[in-house]
Amino acid sequence: MTTKPKVSKAELAEQFRAFIDPDFVITDDETMKPYECDGMSMYCEMPLLVVLPETVEQVQRVMRICNENAVPVVARGAGTGLSAGAMPNKEGVVLSLAKFNRIVEIDPLARTARLQPGVRNLAISEEAAQYGLYYGPDPSSQIACTIGGNVAENSGGVHCLKYGLTVHNILSVEMVTAEGDVVTVGSDGLDSCGMDLLALMTGSEGLLGVVTEVKVKLLSKPEVAQVVMAGFDDVQKGGDAVGGIIAHGIIPGGLEMMDGHAIVAADDFAQAGYPRDAKALLLCEVDGTEEEVHEHIAQAEEVFRKLGATSVRTSQSEEERALLWKGRKSAFPAVGRISPDYYCMDGTIPRRHIAYVLTEMEKMSEEFGLRVANVFHAGDGNLHPLILFDANVPGEFERTEAFGSRILEMCVEVGGCITGEHGVGVEKIRQMAVQFNDEELQQFHDVKAAFDPAGILNPGKGVPALRFCQEYRSLEHKQHTHEHTEAAHG
Amino acid sequence: MADISQQLKEQVLQARDSGHKLNIVGGGTKAFMGREADVDAGTLNVGEHTGIVDYHPVELVLTVRAGTPLSEIEATLAEEGQCLHFEPPHFGAASTIGGTLAGNLSGPGRPWAGSVRDQVLGIRLLNGKGEHLRFGGQVMKNVAGYDVSRLQAGALGTLGVITEISMKVMPKPAASLTLVQEMGMDEVIHYMNSRAAEPKPITAACWVDGKVYLRLSGAKSGVEATAEKWSGEVMEQGDKFWQEVQDFHHEFFAGNDVPLWRFSVGSTAAMPKLEGNWFIDWAGSQRWFRGPGELKDLEPAARAAGGQVSLFRGGDRTGEVMHRQPEALKGIQRRIKNAFDPDNIFNPGRLYSWL
Repeated sequence: MTTKPKVSKAELAEQFRAFIDPDFVITDDETMKPYECDGMSMYCEMPLLVVLPETVEQVQRVMRICNENAVPVVARGAGTGLSAGAMPNKEGVVLSLAKFNRIVEIDPLARTARLQPGVRNLAISEEAAQYGLYYGPDPSSQIACTIGGNVAENSGGVHCLKYGLTVHNILSVEMVTAEGDVVTVGSDGLDSCGMDLLALMTGSEGLLGVVTEVKVKLLSKPEVAQVVMAGFDDVQKGGDAVGGIIAHGIIPGGLEMMDGHAIVAADDFAQAGYPRDAKALLLCEVDGTEEEVHEHIAQAEEVFRKLGATSVRTSQSEEERALLWKGRKSAFPAVGRISPDYYCMDGTIPRRHIAYVLTEMEKMSEEFGLRVANVFHAGDGNLHPLILFDANVPGEFERTEAFGSRILEMCVEVGGCITGEHGVGVEKIRQMAVQFNDEELQQFHDVKAAFDPAGILNPGKGVPALRFCQEYRSLEHKQHTHEHTEAAHG
Repeated sequence: MADISQQLKEQVLQARDSGHKLNIVGGGTKAFMGREADVDAGTLNVGEHTGIVDYHPVELVLTVRAGTPLSEIEATLAEEGQCLHFEPPHFGAASTIGGTLAGNLSGPGRPWAGSVRDQVLGIRLLNGKGEHLRFGGQVMKNVAGYDVSRLQAGALGTLGVITEISMKVMPKPAASLTLVQEMGMDEVIHYMNSRAAEPKPITAACWVDGKVYLRLSGAKSGVEATAEKWSGEVMEQGDKFWQEVQDFHHEFFAGNDVPLWRFSVGSTAAMPKLEGNWFIDWAGSQRWFRGPGELKDLEPAARAAGGQVSLFRGGDRTGEVMHRQPEALKGIQRRIKNAFDPDNIFNPGRLYSWL
């Protein structure tokens, strides 16, 4: 844990201004305001100050000063995170990487791109398109989120089952350590010698180092992609159809599921022509060579019909494919239209439990008096329940959080986890105690200390202090998680 | 099929109390890897810790005890039309999944199908304090906590005893064929990378003895259509050829007199100018070199090619065998080792002399 900083705000600012453009050492509340939260705006905190370096050497100097003076550092990309991982520390510095926004190099033959951490996810694919290439992971926030943040969160998207997460699509990262050293983990080769530090860095939520450059792999754009949409009159059949496709030996480029509430909201928003009376909707995208896609699409249609689909529609043009996806991709704003606020959860479950989990969630929805709509990266078991609430109604957000906690605990009970791609941050730090025991959490703390002995990098995020865990695993919690276990296995 | 984790835990605690070291052994087929094992250390035998714990074909997820032989796993998956997509090398019938992960060993399909590390979803690990811990899970996406599971890949057992592994498995491709043609080493790097950049179902690409071999796999129609468009003759026994490459049975790898070096480098990097023989795999990313030399002399060539070199088999294993690390990374790795194994019990000196 960090100790009390040894310098005042004014002293710190003065030290930074000695080597960083003074306009980018921000100390006034008004200019710092946009940094008070990330995409999880329910959690806010004003930092001590914000600094925007523009060279790696400046980042090193910032880290050395902060390390010597025990000042917390919160690295920040675009601030699109959904777990308050980039929420400032009130005694610390926000280190924005916004100025590191250059695509350094694209090598079309090697199919790689060297990127500064502030490059936007979508900008990589836009730049690579001229070579017939693209970057695989495509989180929903891809228009705004940056590659540095993607590394910190191990971001996914809708194509993970076939093309992997960030950890599968990067070759190396250059980073500045808490002590101010520059190191490169990974290389241009696919595997490096010794323990896999690159994997350890990926998804470490800014607790182990500050990424200053990333080398990513690029994929060649498939010749053809087509999407099959299948509607089902109950979620069990929809869930079974997901397994059915995979058991058939087809690995779809994307496989998404929506429940009845999400179908209607998305269709109202996008007019995608979804079957509005369906209880579950699958979007199954197959990509590859023309011949391969033709073969697999025919098989997919047949599998869905056999497993009881009430409607099956296959995109016949790029426009139609885009339209079918538009509904899914706009599901969040679509739900935003039918409720003043919504809270997006991010649990992961083994796919075979989907029907059970959705049914239980419906029951909880009644119990808490809050509506919930579900979009689901069905291919890789990643649920995104959207709890609808009104922040202006006193107590409603607290009730929403409690509902969310119960959902995450249920995910763990059926063999899943509390976060698939949004990270733990501040938001899910209490639920870490449900997924891990004290020995495991202590091991995480020890790993952290190996990188950051003084504990200055993003303190208070990701891994809970053990003293708070016992309290959370209270008798009451144990009781109802136990009930879930019984039900899940009963 | 047995769960001996309690027994393993007791042995670790005993070693800790008595100040002894332990060499971790599974099937005992990878004794040639890494630096020489510490002769004064005792043996911790994980080979008896076997069995498939959980397997749901429609989830594409397998959970297995670390001492389970690869052959047993592959036979079980084959019954469901699935496979270990990363094509693990077998160094004998006894090769286990735990050793495969500890060595981060993947076969010819690695650039497309991913490595063993890529497929790992979760593990159970006995650390140096004798704590039996669980990291990751049985689901494709899991970002709760640090990725301790994948950290083990390549660590050669220096951070603890992997006792159980959950991993992603994949359907076997419906069809597969191999195209072969003659080509010089000076042309082949560009050729393999150009082919890999096309959106075609390529799943392996290697070069040896003046010939380039490309494998196509997936839906039958896609494989056949691509084979018609690309040059090269369809190989009679393509599957057998790739199995030999995967298991180091190809004659290039025969014998132990000349050291076998592994260059893990940028796929398009120019060939290093070294006296000896080359086997180029992974469309240029992995290059095997047989020739004399010392690590310190080969490292500059690997660095120039954007990567690293290690002594894979043979040669002098008393010195360093892995590409040497800069001081800052050494410090981090020492502290990580200390975080998992504070008494330095496991595989002392096997990965680096200083670890």
